[in-house]
Amino acid sequence: MTLLRHLAAAIVAGAVIWAASVQLSAFRDFQMAQIAVYVVAIAGLSILIGLSGQISIGNGAFMAVGAYATALLMTHLNWPWWAVFLASPAVAAVAGAVVGLAAARLHGPYLAGATLMLAVALPSLANQFPGVFGGDQGLSVNVFPPASLGANFPQTRWLAWICALAALVTLVILANLGRSRVGRNWRAIRDDPVAAALAGLPVGRLRVLAFVMSAACAGLAGAMLAVTTSLVSPGSFTLSLSIALLAGAVLGGLGTLLGALWGALVIVLVPTYVTDVATSHGFSGGVAANIPIAAYGVVLIVVILIFPQGIQGGLRRLAKQFLPTPPTLGSPGRRPPVSEDVGPDSPYRRPPVSEHQEEGTS
Amino acid sequence: MKRSFSLRLPVVAAAVTAASLVAAGCGSSSSGGSGGAAASVPGITKTQILIGSHQPLTGPAAPGYSEIAPAANAYFQYVNAHGGIYGRKIKYTYLDDGYDPAKTTSVVHQLVLQDNVFAIFNGLGTPTHLAVVKYLNSAKVPDLFIASGCDCWDNPSTYPYSFGWQLDYIREGKILGAYIKQHFAGKKIGYFFQNDEFGQDGVKGLDMEIPHSQVVSRQSYVPTNVNIGPAVAALKASGAQVVVSFSIPAFTALLKLTALKLGWNPTFVVSDVGSDPITLAGLLEAFAKKGGATVQGNQLTQGIITDGYLPTLGNTGNSWIALFKKVHDTYDAKAPFDGNVLYGEAVAYAFVQAMVKAGKNPTRAGVVKAIEGGLSQGASVAPYDYSATDHGGIMGAFIGVIQNGAIVQQGPVWTTDTTPSGAVTPFTGTQPAAPASGMP
Repeated sequence: MTLLRHLAAAIVAGAVIWAASVQLSAFRDFQMAQIAVYVVAIAGLSILIGLSGQISIGNGAFMAVGAYATALLMTHLNWPWWAVFLASPAVAAVAGAVVGLAAARLHGPYLAGATLMLAVALPSLANQFPGVFGGDQGLSVNVFPPASLGANFPQTRWLAWICALAALVTLVILANLGRSRVGRNWRAIRDDPVAAALAGLPVGRLRVLAFVMSAACAGLAGAMLAVTTSLVSPGSFTLSLSIALLAGAVLGGLGTLLGALWGALVIVLVPTYVTDVATSHGFSGGVAANIPIAAYGVVLIVVILIFPQGIQGGLRRLAKQFLPTPPTLGSPGRRPPVSEDVGPDSPYRRPPVSEHQEEGTS
Repeated sequence: MKRSFSLRLPVVAAAVTAASLVAAGCGSSSSGGSGGAAASVPGITKTQILIGSHQPLTGPAAPGYSEIAPAANAYFQYVNAHGGIYGRKIKYTYLDDGYDPAKTTSVVHQLVLQDNVFAIFNGLGTPTHLAVVKYLNSAKVPDLFIASGCDCWDNPSTYPYSFGWQLDYIREGKILGAYIKQHFAGKKIGYFFQNDEFGQDGVKGLDMEIPHSQVVSRQSYVPTNVNIGPAVAALKASGAQVVVSFSIPAFTALLKLTALKLGWNPTFVVSDVGSDPITLAGLLEAFAKKGGATVQGNQLTQGIITDGYLPTLGNTGNSWIALFKKVHDTYDAKAPFDGNVLYGEAVAYAFVQAMVKAGKNPTRAGVVKAIEGGLSQGASVAPYDYSATDHGGIMGAFIGVIQNGAIVQQGPVWTTDTTPSGAVTPFTGTQPAAPASGMP
């Protein structure tokens, strides 16, 4: 049932996107494709952090894996875009499984450190093996609209279509996964791994699974980035990409799929909009160049100050205040909304009642 | 969590995306091009020529390179103040790509599709520009005077709208190689190069001139790893008496300091990119200070052999240096008058030349045709190779030696092509003086 509802909703969403893409200019179509890329990447990361309680500063590296897989499959085997969109996440998932096996044993800052290393080291492999990966110049990727759409069909609209399709499919899968037993188990190991283990949940395996799923999303996002950028090179997968994904996930609201959309909108639209404003108001070159970065920082600070649970958490709080159906206090069985859910490292996490008690349980 | 996975999620998501794009796109949704008036040329009005560029204004490549676009703009302001091009003023919009190809794609799409620029001018960087060169050519947007010495742009059958400008690294390698072959016959030669198209193309050019038996060691580096100790030790162990270095300034300085530490003092031959004496001296002193030593930068650069395709900055008698210094002092005085500024103004001059040649009613195809008809030699010491089959750019350079912190030209200007068989020959013409008006 849930699956059917999500599918129906996705089809409606697809129709809205299709209508918008036809109406909007070529550049807006291009931005739509870019937003789709970041929605997929951030959603994968947000689910990893928000549901399974693990952190990754290395998802930019998994994007690189997906992007290079795309470039190699398209260049050497002439695979079509849809096949590549299926294969690239699979390749990234394998990489995610390898990292996840190690990561499942690490927590908090150690996990952050390990994945940080991945983000720094992996893309520079392209420079070590320039024969395969094209070195600094990278590999080119070209996706053109099928001839059946006519010779003058804008390429950017086609990119918007295939990227939006990929994003919608991803969102449906993630939405179902989040509501399935796997999703509930992830929340259990996030909230209290010891209790989850006592209840018979395979904590390690669940953690690896979350990592694999997150890497697959990043791999798909990498494939989408490759076709929108039409080039795959190490310069696109710097540490700042991984940090931007993390910032987008936090900004939007961890663990929520709508939050991933907010994060993607901020990452894609804020710099373009601010650049337009900065250049049209005649700031000097050095100042204008740094304004988008500063504006991004300001947005990040303001959102975290006003909405510590991200934009989605903030909207929910506002909705709660203004909508006519406030939840009845203490209604049985009602879980607090996700914005108040806490990860294992959150300061809000309930501490063990007392050390004595904990000892007493053994 | 329950609510975020509700029925409405994807619909809300789509509606929000569409709404924000529509909001952001107010007023520009008609700029797709297909519905516009047939006679109008994108970016050209009666009073203005709008051009755009992608530049590393922030990020790893920004120091130095971020001076180029403001310097070019300074020259455009000079032209605008003196009547413009057939009455049209140049508006130059250069956007920051942080040297990230993904961002380059984004800003170039913005410039072409949203701002409707006439041409992309002087887009900077090989990996960055490679991300957009196919797009620009399929959209038939002139891609003029790319700021990269890769010879990949010189491919008129694949990229009819793209033109290089600066001396490419293969030609540069050949010119340096020919000098080494003549002046260091029988000596042992070592190569030190950046392991990307810049260094590899340079080595390609060197190998076309220097006999292979003379080359005793080939060592490369990547810009992200500053530990070049083993590479320098291997060069020293090979007994090389001359080291040719295709390196960026920071690695030229590291090479010199590491050799100094090993007590090794070969003759250094360094490519134009990595040999600006002012930059080098500063880096040498800064690096040595970090290591707890004090050195005189200008003493260490003394005697380095290099090449140049623009007049030397110290040559104040040159009419081009005088013109560009004047423009710089009026419109871009905050920046130092260094090699990057000179480069920016010189390439801007070439753009104005091309637009003047394209005539009173310029079109995108028209400006390509104008450049293919050949541009007369401007600020560069050697002429351009532009024709229907050559989109390369400047054909040659002089050999120079750094003396007391300035490059001093040695002998004639040399020209060549990018083929293994093409000879390196002295340029017999003389550089024309800059026009008195300062405009082509």
